[in-house]
Amino acid sequence: MLSWLVPQASTSARDIDWLFTLILVTVGFWFVVAQAALFTLIFRFRRRPDVAAAYISGERKEEKRWISRPHALVIVCDIVLIAGALLTWKAVKQDLPPADERVRIIAQQWAWVFVHPGPDGKLDTDDDVRTVNDLRVKIDTTYHFELTSRDVVHSFSVPAFRLKQDAVPGRIVTGWFRPTRLGTYDIQCAEICGIGHALMPARLTVETPAEQAAWYASRSAQGG
Amino acid sequence: MAHAQQQSFWSRYVFSTDHKIIGLQYLFTGMFMGLVGSFLAYVFRMQLAFPGEPVPLFGVVTPLHYNALVTNHGAIMIFWVAMPILIAGLGNYLIPLMIGCDDMVFPRLNRLSYQIFFLSTVVILVSLFVPGGGFGGAWTAYPPLSASAQYNHTPWGAPLWLIAVALEFVAFLLGGINFVTTVMNARAPGMGPMQIPIFVWMVVIASIVFMASVGPLVAGAIMLLFDQLLGTHFYDPKAGGDPILWQHLFWFFGHPEVYVVLLPALGIVAEVITVFSRKKLFAYKTILYTAFATGIISFFVWAHHQFVAGIDPRMAHLFTITTLIISVPIAEMTFAFIATLYGGSIELRTPMLWALAFIAEFLVGGVTGIFLGANATDIYLHDSYFVVAHFHYTFFPIAIIAGFAALTYWFPKMFGRHMNETLGKIHFWGTIIPFNFIFLPLFVLGAAGEHRRIYSYEHFSQLFTPGLQNLRVLATVALVVMLLFQFVFLYNFIRSLFAGEKAEENPWKANTLEWLAPSPPPHGNFAEMPTVYRGPYEYSVPGRPLDYWPQHLPN
Repeated sequence: MLSWLVPQASTSARDIDWLFTLILVTVGFWFVVAQAALFTLIFRFRRRPDVAAAYISGERKEEKRWISRPHALVIVCDIVLIAGALLTWKAVKQDLPPADERVRIIAQQWAWVFVHPGPDGKLDTDDDVRTVNDLRVKIDTTYHFELTSRDVVHSFSVPAFRLKQDAVPGRIVTGWFRPTRLGTYDIQCAEICGIGHALMPARLTVETPAEQAAWYASRSAQGG
Repeated sequence: MAHAQQQSFWSRYVFSTDHKIIGLQYLFTGMFMGLVGSFLAYVFRMQLAFPGEPVPLFGVVTPLHYNALVTNHGAIMIFWVAMPILIAGLGNYLIPLMIGCDDMVFPRLNRLSYQIFFLSTVVILVSLFVPGGGFGGAWTAYPPLSASAQYNHTPWGAPLWLIAVALEFVAFLLGGINFVTTVMNARAPGMGPMQIPIFVWMVVIASIVFMASVGPLVAGAIMLLFDQLLGTHFYDPKAGGDPILWQHLFWFFGHPEVYVVLLPALGIVAEVITVFSRKKLFAYKTILYTAFATGIISFFVWAHHQFVAGIDPRMAHLFTITTLIISVPIAEMTFAFIATLYGGSIELRTPMLWALAFIAEFLVGGVTGIFLGANATDIYLHDSYFVVAHFHYTFFPIAIIAGFAALTYWFPKMFGRHMNETLGKIHFWGTIIPFNFIFLPLFVLGAAGEHRRIYSYEHFSQLFTPGLQNLRVLATVALVVMLLFQFVFLYNFIRSLFAGEKAEENPWKANTLEWLAPSPPPHGNFAEMPTVYRGPYEYSVPGRPLDYWPQHLPN
């Protein structure tokens, strides 16, 4: 459902969109049933002359089942949704699949600094490439990112990846993503970080290994 | 009574210890702050719909303005509108009347509570006009942004905002002590725990939840104030502090706070739907127990605000489970309210329209909360407009819809006159229809990835599309329409105060004790202190000539 509104460009996006649809169907059912019951009762029992209201305490067992049975069904639905949420969370956030490459992301007021591993595929070597507001990753490659902040709390958010992680000063948070679709997508800061909060729009480009190699080569040709 | 008439205007209306006057002081202050909070929303919505254009009555909105507008809109609507109207205003006015006593047990503490609240109101309003402008670090005030003027650029606004919030907490702590003690000790003879009207129970549970959750935040707020003013480093990672600590202290209060305002709103709905459907409340005890369960579980859900904050990912599982479990008692209570209508004789007067609208609209807020409580979908939706739409579908029904249900329902008691029914219905539809056109588009914008607290989306190519911009304009236009319809209410309210049709003691033919007192009730409330013989919802009892059976009538 979400992919109608925003591209689905990572493995996590697929998992999260599946859970979104599961929740939508489940709560949508309850929403329709509850609204239908509410409006039906309002219409059916509107005041008529000479028709008195019934006296129902709702404390007797055969009356109470009108709320205790839906109550049990809500619990069943909750268990299904909890299971779906926990499994999806484990897959996208808790488990860390082995990395093909690593990138470093440093947030500050008000820009994103990205450290790419360079042609050798390793961070903290001479060929690392630092950019501002421009992150380039290879398709179908599992990345680990190391995320931190220089000043206040920011949040690294890539809607097309369904990825969001706060950048906290004093901490390095590790996460992962695996791009599945070529293209250029928005990076946002999702946690208010001062007067430039709207001015942290970075771009994320998912490209082929050949395109990335060419980009690295053009950077080193410029002496960058 | 002679004593009351000798009092001067000042001692009677300003420095009064009468629970009704204090209740009305809270109510009117809350309504005034509602206008302030609405104006802030109008300004930033105009900026989002027409970025960069001067906003009528305000001017061009800068990023510094924008952050202060959203921050203070949120803080004012929760702390200076929902809390004073639902808990302090209605709680003060109604609790002694509904339990059949002459006043709160600590009247001077009550007066002190309002005075501190009034001071907090002055401080928050002043903080909007100091050099650097009002605080702009969001109502959640996460450090290090909130802790240092170097980051937030509001050297005066930030500490003043924090002082105002802390004063407000003190005021409500005093009020809460009073509510709980009064209900425990001053009930009319014969009023056992199961004869207490649900609204009173809800205010008591809410007060207990508030008092038990606010302590850590008061401590946290003082630490933050020290960080701001004295150079301590409680939340500063550069000196060994931890910014996440504040998030825990804030949300340990912040999420129970949602239920603190929700429960009294549900209590209002229970009172109104029983009277206007002439029905006994369905499963009184179940409703009471679900309210207790909600209050208790609300202490174990706070970290669902922090799924992506850098907490241990394993901890998120626990908070997803507790958060989805809290849907169970709330759903059951909703079922009981809907079941109450079954077999009723429903009259759609203005208060009833508001109460039914509460159920219909709150359902939207309830079911959309599941998307956010589920940790995995929250990764995407966190800090998006989906969250904004979700909590407005909870807070708007709580503070505004239930607030109007209460005002229109108890207006004849408070002021001895009726409000105009036709104007009431025009105002109802003029509020409810635009309300949905404001916030339904925000669900779509949030699902499309629109993040919060951004003064302009022009730099985000995926968000600055004509389709999404049209939704922003739709929401803003709907907001302006809704705000214009509030003038109908203000006109009706003020005109009815002086020229409304006179109301008798019990115009709605209700059972609870406040309707025994004269309208408006004098100092001391009752001519003769009542005794209670039955529960509050004995409507349409078979074999009785009248379809209501007031609590105070002997068998």
